Amino acid sequence: MNDFYDVVVIGGGPAGLAAALSARRHGAGRVLIVERDRELGGILQQCIHVGFGLHRFREELTGPGYANRYLRMLADTTGIETMIDTMVISLTADRQVTVVGPAVGLRTVRGGAVVLAMGCRERTRGAIRIPGSRPAGVFTAGAAQRMVNMEGYLPGREVVILGSGDIGLIMARRLTLEGCRVPAVLEIMPVSNGLTRNIVQCLDDFGIPLYLSHTVVAIRGQDRVTGVTVARVDDALRPVAGSQFDLACDCLLLSVGLIPEVELAREVNLTLDGRTSGPVVDNRRQTSLPGFFAAGNVVHVHDLVDFVSEEGEIAGRWAAVFAAGGMGGEARSADVLPGEKVRSVVPQKYVGDGDHTGQCRFYLRVSQPLGRCRVTISDRTGRRLASKRLPVAKPSEMIEIDVQHSAIEIEKGPLTVAAEGV
Amino acid sequence: MTADNREKLAVQDWPGRADVVIVGGGIVGCAAAMFLSRYKATVVMVEQATDLAMGTTKANSGIIHAGFDAPPGSMKARMNVRGNRLYHELQPALKYEVNFLGSLVVAKSDDDLKTLEGLLDRGRQNGVPDITIIDRERVLSREPNLSRDVRAGLWAPTAGVIWPFGAALAMAENAVRNGVKVFTGCRLEGFMLDRRKICGVRTNKGDIACKLVINAAGRWADEVSRWAGDDSFSITPRRGEYILFDKSVGSLVNSVLFPTPTKVSKGILVSPTVHGNIFIGPNAENITDKDDLSTTAPGMEEIISGARKLIPDLPLAAAITQFVGLRPVASGDDFIIGPSALVGGLVQAAGIQSPGLASAPAIGELVSEIAAERLGLVRKPGYVEENPDRPAFAELDSRQRQELIARNPLYGRIICRCETVSEGEIVAAIHSPVGARTVDGVKRRTRAGMGRCQGGFCGPRVVGILARELGLPLDAIVKEGPGSQLFFARQTLRGGESHE
Repeated sequence: MNDFYDVVVIGGGPAGLAAALSARRHGAGRVLIVERDRELGGILQQCIHVGFGLHRFREELTGPGYANRYLRMLADTTGIETMIDTMVISLTADRQVTVVGPAVGLRTVRGGAVVLAMGCRERTRGAIRIPGSRPAGVFTAGAAQRMVNMEGYLPGREVVILGSGDIGLIMARRLTLEGCRVPAVLEIMPVSNGLTRNIVQCLDDFGIPLYLSHTVVAIRGQDRVTGVTVARVDDALRPVAGSQFDLACDCLLLSVGLIPEVELAREVNLTLDGRTSGPVVDNRRQTSLPGFFAAGNVVHVHDLVDFVSEEGEIAGRWAAVFAAGGMGGEARSADVLPGEKVRSVVPQKYVGDGDHTGQCRFYLRVSQPLGRCRVTISDRTGRRLASKRLPVAKPSEMIEIDVQHSAIEIEKGPLTVAAEGV
Repeated sequence: MTADNREKLAVQDWPGRADVVIVGGGIVGCAAAMFLSRYKATVVMVEQATDLAMGTTKANSGIIHAGFDAPPGSMKARMNVRGNRLYHELQPALKYEVNFLGSLVVAKSDDDLKTLEGLLDRGRQNGVPDITIIDRERVLSREPNLSRDVRAGLWAPTAGVIWPFGAALAMAENAVRNGVKVFTGCRLEGFMLDRRKICGVRTNKGDIACKLVINAAGRWADEVSRWAGDDSFSITPRRGEYILFDKSVGSLVNSVLFPTPTKVSKGILVSPTVHGNIFIGPNAENITDKDDLSTTAPGMEEIISGARKLIPDLPLAAAITQFVGLRPVASGDDFIIGPSALVGGLVQAAGIQSPGLASAPAIGELVSEIAAERLGLVRKPGYVEENPDRPAFAELDSRQRQELIARNPLYGRIICRCETVSEGEIVAAIHSPVGARTVDGVKRRTRAGMGRCQGGFCGPRVVGILARELGLPLDAIVKEGPGSQLFFARQTLRGGESHE
C-alpha cells in the first residue's frame, strides 16, 4: 500500500473539494481527501435553500446543487482518492496524517503538502453562558438544520431563535414551512448579522418578528424547554432591568456565531490569528508551517461559499507547487495589518505570486457599522495600492478588495487595510 | 429491546423479598451496594431517576479531598480520610478514572497564613498523609498562572480529581456483577412497618419485603427518613454553580486550587478535571426547591470573580458549559451515618455534602458493616473484585486501536469528534450491566457530547444509535428524564396547513 500522497486535503466540504481539484490541476499526481461525514460536500448538503453560486457559476443553486457541481468535477478527474466516514485523529509537523474509519481502519498516510479545510463549528449555549435550567430542546441552528433537512425530524414545535445570523434566519423560514410556530428571532446587537436578502425573504415574508437589542436571559423547563425569558439590552449589551418578558416555546435554536475548527492546526502549533480565530496564512494560503496550507471557514468564517471555493483553489494550487518542490527557499514577506475601523484581514501575510501577474484578493471585516465609506490598502510609505468605495459596510459582511500583484513591493511592507467614512 | 419489554422484564425480575434495600442510586448508594455484594445477602438498590448517580453525584466538584477541612473527630473527617484511601486502593480493580494530582490551598494575607497553619494542624490530627506548607516560590513554580500576590500554600499530594459518575457506575456495575439488583425509574412510595421496625418498602414498581433499609436518598433523605418515622433531621439543598472550560486551556492549572477557606465554605476553586478540562466554582447558596438546577447570571458573576482571585487571567472564551449541583446539607451539618435511633431496620447515610464524594466509599463500607453486623451476614465466596476492561478509543495506542477495529469496525467510526468517542464505545455503554438508555446517559458513560461543541455534531447521531440499539423510534429517545424527547417526527405536526 502506497501511503504517500502529493497533497492530503483534510475536509471534503467546499474548500477541500476545490483545493483537491486545484491541486490536481496544478500538477499534484496523487491527491487524497479525508472526510469525516458519510458524504462529501460538507455543510452544503444540509443547506437546501437557494442562494449559492451567484459569483462562481452565475446561477442561484441550492447547497447540494453547488456541491454536486464539484462532485461531478471530482468524478471526471483521475488521481483524487477520497476517504469518507473517516476522521483525522492526529497530524504531525512532518505531514504524517493518521486517519481512522470503519472501512479504512487505522492508517497513517504522508503528504507532500497538507491542506487544512475543516470548516467551522457553531458557538453553543455554554460558550455564551445563558442561565437557567438544562432541558432538552436547546440546539444550535446548524445541528437542527441537519436534523430537519437530512434526517427528517423536527427540533421542536414552537421555536424561538436567538441570533440573526444567516443560519438562524434560514431556519426561521424552514421551520415555519414545516408547520412550526416561530414566535421571535432575537438579536443582541442593534443590527442583524444576516444578509439583508435573508431578513426580507426569511422573516419579513413570513411575518416573523425580529427583536433587535434583545437576548435570552433564562431558559425554563425541567425535561423539555417550556419557555425562555427575554430582555432588552443596553449599549453595553447588559439586560435592562424591568424589560423582561416571557416567550412560551418548546425549543430554542442558537445562531450565535461560528468558530474555525482549528484543533488539528493546534496540534502542529500553527500560528493563529486572535481576530479570525483561524491560522495565519499568506496570500498563497500557506500557514506558519511550510507545507501546511489552509482554506475556507477554517481560516476565517465566510459569508459566501463562492469565496470558500476560491480560497480552496489558491491553497490547492500552492500545495501542489510545494509538493513538487517548486516553492523555493525562504520567501520574503510583508505583514498585512488591519488598520483603522478594520477588525480582521485575510491573508495576514503577502509573499508575492509566482509570475507576478493578476490580482491578489484581500478579505476584511470592518470593526463597526459604516455608511458610505472607502476601503483602502496602503504600504508603509503611505502609498495607496488599491481603494474601493462602498455605500454601506457592516461588521457581519465580508468585504473583498483586489490589488494588482505588480503594485505591491514587499520591502515596503507592512501593508495596512483601513476603512474610512466618506 | 422495547420499553414495554424492559418494563415486563423488570417486573418479571421483581424481587418480592430482600435482605437489604438501598434507597438512592447515587455514589453513596452504589458504594454501599458494592460493599454489601461481598456478603451472602439479597440486596436491591432502587433509584427514582432514569439513571444512576443523577443527583448530587452528577454535579459537584469531582474532588477527592485530602481530608484536612473537617474538624477532628467529626464523621466528615473520619470518612474523608478513609474514603480518600479507598479510592487509591479500589482503582486498579474498579478502573474508574481518577488522578491524584494534589491540592493547594492558597494564602494571600497574614490571616490566611494563620488559617493555613490551623488547617495543617487539623490535617495532621485527621491523619492526612504528607501535607505540608510550601513557600511562595514553590507555589508559583507549581502553578505559574496563579495570582502573584500569593504568600504560601498548603500542599496535599493525596488529593485528586475523579469522574464522579464513572466512579459510581464502576461501583454499581461491580455490585450487579456480584448479584445486587438495581432498579432505575423506581420511586420509593412508603414503608411497611411493624411496630416502629421496617419490614418492607413500597415503590411505584411494587413492594419488597426486607429486613433493613439504607437511606442514601441524597436531597430527599429527610423525607425518606420521615416516612419511616424518623424526623430527627432535615436536608437543605445548597446550590453550587460551575463553569467548565475546554481542554485547550487545560494547562492553566496543574492541581486543585482552593482559596483559604472561610467559616462557610471552602470557597471558589479552580481545578483540572480528570479528563483534562478546567472548571471553576462552586458558590454556595441555600435554596428551598430540591429540583431547582438553574444557573443564574449573578451566580456566574460570583464564581468568575471568585476564580479570578486565584487565576487573574481566566480564559472565559473557552467556557463550554455551566451546571448546578445541589449539596444535601443536614441540619446538624455533619454527615448522619448509622442506625436510626427511632426506627428499627433503618440505617442512615444522609447529609452527604462536601466532602461527600471523597467519603463515599468509606460511607458505603461503614453502612455495609453495620448491616452485616445487624443481620449477621457472612462473606460470600467467589466475590469478583475486578471490573472488566472497557476500551475507550481515545485512551488506546495505535496497535490497540488497530486490533479493536479489526475485531469490531464500529470502533473505527468516531461519533464524538471533540472527545474522540467511537460508535463501538457507545454501543458497549448501551449494553453494559447498568446500560445507558438516554442521550445524557451515553454522554456520562462515554463522554460523547461532553466536548467543546457540546453535542452539536454527535447528539443526533447518538439519538440514532440509541434508537437502533434499543429498538425504539427515534422520536422516543430522551435526553434524560421522561418527557425530554430530543426530536419530533414531522407527521405529528398539524398536517396539510399551508403557510404560503
